[in-house]
Amino acid sequence: MTDLTRLTAAELAEKLAAREISSVEATQAHLDRIAAVDGDVHAFLHVSDHALETALAIDQRRAAGEQLGELAGVPVAIKDVLATNDMPSTSGSKILEGWLPPYDATVVARLREAGLVPLGKTNMDEFAMGSSTEHSAYGPTHNPWDLARTPGGSGGGSSAAVAAFEAPIALGSDTGGSIRQPAAVTGSVGVKPTYGGVSRYGAIALASSLDQVGPVSRTVLDAGLLHDVIGGHDPLDSTSLTDQWPSMAAAARKGATGDLLKRLRVGVVKELSGADGGFQAGVKQRFDETVAALTAAGAEIVEVAAPSFEYAVAAYYLILPAEASSNLARMDSVRFGLRVKPEGGPVTVERVMSATRDAGFGAEVKRRIILGTYALSAGYYDAYYGSAQKVRTLIQQDFAKAFAQADVLISPAAPTTAFELGSLVNDPLAMYLNDVTTIPANLAGIPGMAIPMGLAPEDGLPVGLQLLAPAREDARLYEAGAAIETLLTDSWGHSLLSQAPALKEVAR
Amino acid sequence: MSEISTELVRHLAGLARIDLSDSELESLTGELAQIVDSIAKVSEVATPDVPATSHPIPLTNVFREDEVRPSLTVEQALSGAPEREGDRFKVASILDEEQ
Amino acid sequence: MRTDKLLDFDKAIELYEPVLGFEVHVELNTKTKMFCGCANAFGQGANTNTCPTCLGLPGGLPQVNKKAIESSIRLGLALGCEIAENCRFARKQYFYPDLAKDFQTSQYDEPIAFDGSVTIELDSGREVTVLIERAHMEEDAGKLTHVGGATGRIQGADYSLVDFNRGGVPLVEIVTKIIEGADADAPEVGRAYVAAIRDIVRSLGVSNARMEEGNIRCDANVSLRRRGTTELGTRTETKNVNSLRSVERAVRYEIQRQAAILEAGGTITQETRHWHEDSGTTSAGRPKSDADDYRYFPEPDLVPVAPSREWVEELRATLPEPPAARRTRLREAWGFTKLEFQDVVNGGLLDVVEETVAAGASPADARKWWTGELTRIANAQGVAVETLVTPADVAQLSALIANGDLTDRLARQVLEGVVAGEGSPAEVVEKRGLKVVSDDAALIAAIDEALAAQPDVLAKIKDGKVQAAGAVIGAVMKAMKGQADAARVRELVLERAAQ
Repeated sequence: MTDLTRLTAAELAEKLAAREISSVEATQAHLDRIAAVDGDVHAFLHVSDHALETALAIDQRRAAGEQLGELAGVPVAIKDVLATNDMPSTSGSKILEGWLPPYDATVVARLREAGLVPLGKTNMDEFAMGSSTEHSAYGPTHNPWDLARTPGGSGGGSSAAVAAFEAPIALGSDTGGSIRQPAAVTGSVGVKPTYGGVSRYGAIALASSLDQVGPVSRTVLDAGLLHDVIGGHDPLDSTSLTDQWPSMAAAARKGATGDLLKRLRVGVVKELSGADGGFQAGVKQRFDETVAALTAAGAEIVEVAAPSFEYAVAAYYLILPAEASSNLARMDSVRFGLRVKPEGGPVTVERVMSATRDAGFGAEVKRRIILGTYALSAGYYDAYYGSAQKVRTLIQQDFAKAFAQADVLISPAAPTTAFELGSLVNDPLAMYLNDVTTIPANLAGIPGMAIPMGLAPEDGLPVGLQLLAPAREDARLYEAGAAIETLLTDSWGHSLLSQAPALKEVAR
Repeated sequence: MSEISTELVRHLAGLARIDLSDSELESLTGELAQIVDSIAKVSEVATPDVPATSHPIPLTNVFREDEVRPSLTVEQALSGAPEREGDRFKVASILDEEQ
Repeated sequence: MRTDKLLDFDKAIELYEPVLGFEVHVELNTKTKMFCGCANAFGQGANTNTCPTCLGLPGGLPQVNKKAIESSIRLGLALGCEIAENCRFARKQYFYPDLAKDFQTSQYDEPIAFDGSVTIELDSGREVTVLIERAHMEEDAGKLTHVGGATGRIQGADYSLVDFNRGGVPLVEIVTKIIEGADADAPEVGRAYVAAIRDIVRSLGVSNARMEEGNIRCDANVSLRRRGTTELGTRTETKNVNSLRSVERAVRYEIQRQAAILEAGGTITQETRHWHEDSGTTSAGRPKSDADDYRYFPEPDLVPVAPSREWVEELRATLPEPPAARRTRLREAWGFTKLEFQDVVNGGLLDVVEETVAAGASPADARKWWTGELTRIANAQGVAVETLVTPADVAQLSALIANGDLTDRLARQVLEGVVAGEGSPAEVVEKRGLKVVSDDAALIAAIDEALAAQPDVLAKIKDGKVQAAGAVIGAVMKAMKGQADAARVRELVLERAAQ
């Protein structure tokens, strides 16, 4: 029988609908894979102990003739930033160790409603702050391409899970690139929807005005199928858009024919192209080759300038810590989570709070909370947070100008390939620069996608292409992404991930 | 140059209710000073004529009708409580008075 | 507890000018909380009305209650305020166990209403216009119970318990501009202002407006300025002021306390103070700092509220007559003196008197019965006076007296019967047979009997000693069980005597 873990979600869905396989079989195959390799990869923080029950129930409903959604019965991994009422939700932090939410995030409820089978919760940088998953309180995740390297972050767990064939699809969250950058360094696909396109209710908040939940997968079509399940207005999230969205899967299918490329205007953002250096040579090389391939396929390449992007990282590292410091204030030992008694001295609630937060938060989180507290403190608001919000306006203006000349914008999704575990974790500033290509989309609220565009010649590690579209044009993103994916995989003759080294499987 | 001093970091940690050890204080002071230097440049372009954008996609007047929706049960609400007494969350004695 | 020195009030006012400011929090009576669909209900089991949002669980997000916006706009309009064209919520950040998110979602520099005024009338007739700086929306915190200490207060408690049912309940905070020139009237200005807010809020129906239940909470800011100087003094903020009377007493106390300190050469500490009802004193709370760093910033999980001008005008049209204007109109229409009218208002009887007049009674009669006999009965029974009888009953009673069916004295008996639930006044008169006998023949018969029993009276009357008739009238009234018009009896007695 086919190794079910090598199938895409769309392929699994087809076989499930045709009753060629059962959800129990599909789920078991993935649980087996997890057991076999996750000791090395450590993508999962928690594996569900009732996934097979859920799968069985779907199989029974299908057998009874019930009409089920396209992805019903397909297993899915869920980033631990999302509240699940049947599995702990730690957001990668000790302060939430073992916390079982009394409710489901809206996107999780939609997954369940659509009949998907949650496999477990995936690892992440603590509270989604990071670009390598090394800031998880539960140990890092290892890149399936090279276990000594990081899988990117903050959503390294979800991307590693799909790249290691432990799950066909996963949910992630993206605040400054946390879906797109891990996708790039693991050879997988990730999408950050238009801000407000997917509900944030139940997503443990990092930066409210930047966070979005999105799909993680191995193909653009799979991402589109998952996006269709989770997207759309949620009255519980006041920032969610009321737009009626077209089907992203349909857009991906349309784009896959490749016809689009002949009439696509593709913008290359000068500031994100690596033209000024700062990108690994192999990354820049693959990007230039992709641009050439697009030109050959008939696309019009336009160079666009976005001078305000120079300030994007700085603005981000003001807005995010400010909002995060406020969002994390609720971790105060009173109603949930860790509670630590202070050593010596009176046991007052104030001291319990301080001792708990000291014990429960990691170094990066503390760093950003202090920074954010500073940015909002009396007398500094205008210079820091206030100014950063103005940079946002400038970035939006630059994007508006760019999209007047191009249908989509492209850039490398990350400046380097996967770096070695431990190499940057003590250099926060250097770590922050990993987000330079992905941050502008979060600041502007526009949708972005990362797809594989090759392996860097110097290290044989995945390089990702980022696509950006105007706000609300997520379908365009999927159409273009699928077209380019087809172009590239056709040119390689196979998917990128099929080239990933085989992982050592634990004997069972 | 930034004014990040250990004094300031201690004050901020107090505002943020995080107990920092002396070594944490020291390393944070150094790190923050560096970070603040690099982000301070935003004020260069943030001139008065540039409006601030607090929401990437502008929306207004998003309201909810005044109709009761089911609440959590008491057990659900208390399910995460580190300590409880009856149906209420229990906390250690409080030093400061209410705001 | 150290006892504060107090300067004599009049002396304090002579030397110092009190400057006041009030922050009144109004709890709205919406069905649900400000930012979630949990019920806004008082007195239910602890933590029965919570959800991830108001419990501050990770992942919770707020949704704005439309009715709360409506009520806030109406309240702003009733306070004569401008309504913002565009305003936002802001996070006010501080840590406290009753604050589920460890920030309060409030409004900072963009309140929904601003620049209004309320004119109050003091007992003396003096009118004071209090300028309103702003009215903004915010949410309430949960309720803390302190366990183990002697007094149930924070100090000395072993631990505390938190109930989040109240957390997230909508509040409107009304902030006045500073009030200068109140002088000796300062305490009364405080009381009258809060009373005016309460009346406005009640007339709008946006809150249950019961201070005793915490629906309206007042913080009183008081500072003193030496007469002849212009610089403002240091102010204190007194909290826990739970009744109109407390507002008055607390303002008075602070004036006296601060004056004593200043006279002795000391300085006022800028602090929060607590009002103690039992001792009639304030005590020091936490030091207050204008530099309390709440790190306000616009609430990123909510979008701006931009009430259209059309909507605002629609809501303006729903406003009832302002209570002060209504009172003036009624007082003039009824021809009461200010004191008479005040009696009615103080007794909470304005509505029933108005309804009684509408039912046909004269204003004087309506006032007489409600503030007189009915209030007496209500106090004796320990119930609210409006529950005893209906305005229609009172009007009917008044009509029965006017047409001679009842005397004032009989009417009191009838009223007893109505209160006891025996029916309407007419029914009680019927059942108890209390009608005034207007049949002269019956009266004459009784008169003759009485005269026969007191023969010397007749002689005295014939002699010109008309007062002697009193004894006969008394006897007749007794025999008639009061069911006679004493004046008519007197007439008939004198007629008889003249025969």
